[in-house]
Amino acid sequence: MPKDFTKVIKKIDTIASKVYDDLDNSNVPNLKLPTRTKTNIKFDENLNVWKYGGNTTERSAKSLDGAYMMLRTMYMVDFIKDMIKANKSSTLREMYYISEGWDLAKFHSQPESDSLAEDLEVITSCMREDFKLRPEEDGARVIGNFVLEEMTRNKTKKKIHCQDDVGDSGYTIPYNVEPEKITFKSADADFLIAIETGGMFDRLVENGFDKKYRAILVHLKGQPARSTRRFIKRIHNEKKLPVLVFTDCDPWSYRIFGSVAYGAIKTAHISEYLATPEAQYLGVTPSDIENYKLPTDNLTKEDIHALKSELSDPRFQERFWKHEIKLQLSLGKKSEQQALAKYGLDYVTDTYLPEKLSEMGMLKK
Amino acid sequence: MLLSEVESIAHKLAKQQKEISVAEFFERNKHILGFGNPTRALLTSVKEGVDNGLDACEESGILPDIYVEIKNHEDGECKLIIEDNGPGIIKKQIKHIYGRLLYGSRFHAIRQSRGQQGIGISAVVLYSQLTTGKHAKITSKIQENRPANVIELAIDTNKNRAEVISREIIHWEKTTGTRIEVSIIADYKRGKRFVYEYLQSTSIVNPHAKIIFKEPDGTEHIFERILDNLPRKSVEIKPHPQGIELGTLIKIAKNTKSRKLSSFLKTEFSSMGDRTTNAVCEKANLEKGLDPKKMSREEFLALHKAFKKIKIMAPSTDCLSPIGETIIKRSLKHETQEISPEFIYTASRPATVYSGSPFQIEVGIVYGGSLPKDKPVKLLRFANRVPLLYQQGDCVSTTAISSIDWRRYGFDQPSGKGIPSGPAIFLTHVSSTLIPFTSESKEAIADINEIESEIKLAFRECARKVQSHIHKEVKRVKTREKFDLITKILPEIAKKSADMLNKPVPSLDSVITKIMDVVWIEDVIEYEKTSTKPIQSTLFEDGSENKSGGWITKSTVLVVNYKNTPQKFNLYALIPEDAVVGNVAPKPVKITNHYIKWNLEKIDPANKVDISFELAGLDKEDFDENDLYIENINAAYVIGADKWEGE
Repeated sequence: MPKDFTKVIKKIDTIASKVYDDLDNSNVPNLKLPTRTKTNIKFDENLNVWKYGGNTTERSAKSLDGAYMMLRTMYMVDFIKDMIKANKSSTLREMYYISEGWDLAKFHSQPESDSLAEDLEVITSCMREDFKLRPEEDGARVIGNFVLEEMTRNKTKKKIHCQDDVGDSGYTIPYNVEPEKITFKSADADFLIAIETGGMFDRLVENGFDKKYRAILVHLKGQPARSTRRFIKRIHNEKKLPVLVFTDCDPWSYRIFGSVAYGAIKTAHISEYLATPEAQYLGVTPSDIENYKLPTDNLTKEDIHALKSELSDPRFQERFWKHEIKLQLSLGKKSEQQALAKYGLDYVTDTYLPEKLSEMGMLKK
Repeated sequence: MLLSEVESIAHKLAKQQKEISVAEFFERNKHILGFGNPTRALLTSVKEGVDNGLDACEESGILPDIYVEIKNHEDGECKLIIEDNGPGIIKKQIKHIYGRLLYGSRFHAIRQSRGQQGIGISAVVLYSQLTTGKHAKITSKIQENRPANVIELAIDTNKNRAEVISREIIHWEKTTGTRIEVSIIADYKRGKRFVYEYLQSTSIVNPHAKIIFKEPDGTEHIFERILDNLPRKSVEIKPHPQGIELGTLIKIAKNTKSRKLSSFLKTEFSSMGDRTTNAVCEKANLEKGLDPKKMSREEFLALHKAFKKIKIMAPSTDCLSPIGETIIKRSLKHETQEISPEFIYTASRPATVYSGSPFQIEVGIVYGGSLPKDKPVKLLRFANRVPLLYQQGDCVSTTAISSIDWRRYGFDQPSGKGIPSGPAIFLTHVSSTLIPFTSESKEAIADINEIESEIKLAFRECARKVQSHIHKEVKRVKTREKFDLITKILPEIAKKSADMLNKPVPSLDSVITKIMDVVWIEDVIEYEKTSTKPIQSTLFEDGSENKSGGWITKSTVLVVNYKNTPQKFNLYALIPEDAVVGNVAPKPVKITNHYIKWNLEKIDPANKVDISFELAGLDKEDFDENDLYIENINAAYVIGADKWEGE
């Protein structure tokens, strides 16, 4: 299904035109884009996700840094245009290495070039995929009773049953999960659990939790990649499955949940594509530390700082989160998913999850 | 202890002192004489020898070559050899100079000299004799075609006379010179650092001397001569009435040839004319015709008091021989090559007077390079071209430096007092006919108000230069960035956007003026070796100061108007006083000893003006930074020059 890129090229050219016209009219060229920081994300009532607010940052060629950014922008859009014309694509890392040849416009580190690619998405309201750029990260794993159809590189469609056709490590989510690549066929499950650690994902698979409790299990692999979030979002929308997030009990894990449910600060411009606002946090919660008497570690200075910062993060303003974060600060403790093993290997699947799931109304008795 | 007790002890001591031999005198006072311990003794011995050598050479107009060697340091015994290329010493004087303690200091020679700072070379001979029992060996040659005298001598400590052990006549390669060999008990291991530091410091303030230091293991350190001119010979002056002590006054009166008080005052003292003499006599209530030889103690006291009450003209200061700002800078630059400092600034105060003694302060700051950033700055102290290595805390220069708030000049200094921390070396040189040392050991200069305030003024001046340098550097980096922006990045942006859209590259002139919005001044300094080509001088007609084969400093200044309106202003370039101005373009409106001034007529937007000037009479890199000022334009519009605050 070849995609039409003329729109993308038009949008890219507007950037070049803006700069050119500024110069031609004797103005110092500048580009405006939404400020991409925590202070400038707002809840979008219509979309139910967090998006960038009205604050804009101006990139002006008046300062040296601004001029460098503008030059890099020009080089990057030119490169993207060339790729589209040649029908090629590259990874973000490849683009970073290609930029080595951009002379004055070369980047000092990959995060710089990644960030500029995101800026371009924001300015043009295009997606990275439109620019023929893809991430390095390999997708996460999924296992459960559903069937999807993948367009392979040989341009043939292949149906895959994500329990019967895959091994114990599950189906690997590709970097592109848009309809031209993946379509969901049938699904027979009650809910989806997104799991932070590979150890816990494998525990649930080994204990047959997906079959026994009619669950789709997704391994997030830490901070989830865009494709993983997009995959969850689509399966949720298309198959009407509730999404639950199961992570460690520390501030960094809450941010993982945040990016699944509300969108990440870095990608707030495409939150409506990536975030699943209906996702719920399953655990491990600070209350669980007390209720299940879990083994703990002390919060570090960085942990405390991160928790406090979350108290002011617009994404964590719900009563539930305020309560749990404050509780954790007063406990001064954190815990891990696998701490549940204190009560035996089957405790998490036989006791903890069923209890939590019934509390949340997910289990039909 | 009560005051009366102190006095009675002093009386007792005085009685004993009459009877003691020089050996005992030395033994009792060796601490203040600089022989208190084997480490100190090594340094003092080197110092006496080197100072003697330098003085001897300078007095006879010879560029000094000093050789210092230390040998066989076993069992704490060192053999010390110090050699100079001075005029040598005639045979019959050798035994007096080396074999008698406190010999040869001339009565009341009021001039700047190193000599006032040590007890003399004979003390080294005595120390050698007392610690090792060995004789000193002196070699001296006074004329090119004659042989050298070698005398071995000891000191008869009871008579304070030399005892010649042997005489010999040898052939010596040197044209003229003196060499002393002594064996002393010394701690070479600990003393080495001090000896090295002393010789290096000596070399800094005596750039006209070459000093070679050979260590026991054969390592040779050479401190090169970097200046082929001897320091100006200091002129002897008569004592100034306001600096004289009562006892000295009486002594001079006893020896005078004048028969009347008025002529005595006029001939024996400086700054005493008819009017001042009359005023002094009147104030002291003394007859002008009084015979000075017959005056009573009371009368002298009245005279001495009157000196302080009458306004007397300051003594002339040409008895001083300061090193000079440019030379100190050149010297510091040479000695700190390994550090590769960011910059060196020096400042020199005009000569002035404290209680009748002329003095002059010169200071220098070496900044940056590999100097440690978090340690207290290193202080180098000098008095009449002699390094002071001990008692830093008691010295007026330390007091002066500590009382300046260095924080505003970019140094660390908790509470704004004390020795600041930062990557710097501070040099202080005090020249005076009478250095007011705190004690006989002559390692620290006393806290005299006038001296302290002059040192402070000199360091403030230097520090301002440091501050403005740092300030300029910051500005320069910022503007360099802007320059990169308009010359490299902006044209690239224009080209890239034009290429993508298949359009012609737009003109950037007006965008550039919008981004810069300043008048940009940039400068370059180059040095050109000259043959014998004479330089046309606009300042000195004869141009005789130009030595053939010197350096010409060429300074080029570029002024670009990046504002969007035409600009018109005056530009000043500071020049060193000792430089000779060569070609200047465009035609300046004024050249003085200190600056060149141009009126720059209407520079249109995006236009530039090239300015250049040449300086002669300087060494390469003596002038290594342009100091530019502007007038009749808002200084905030200008990068690369500061506001002219007048002369």
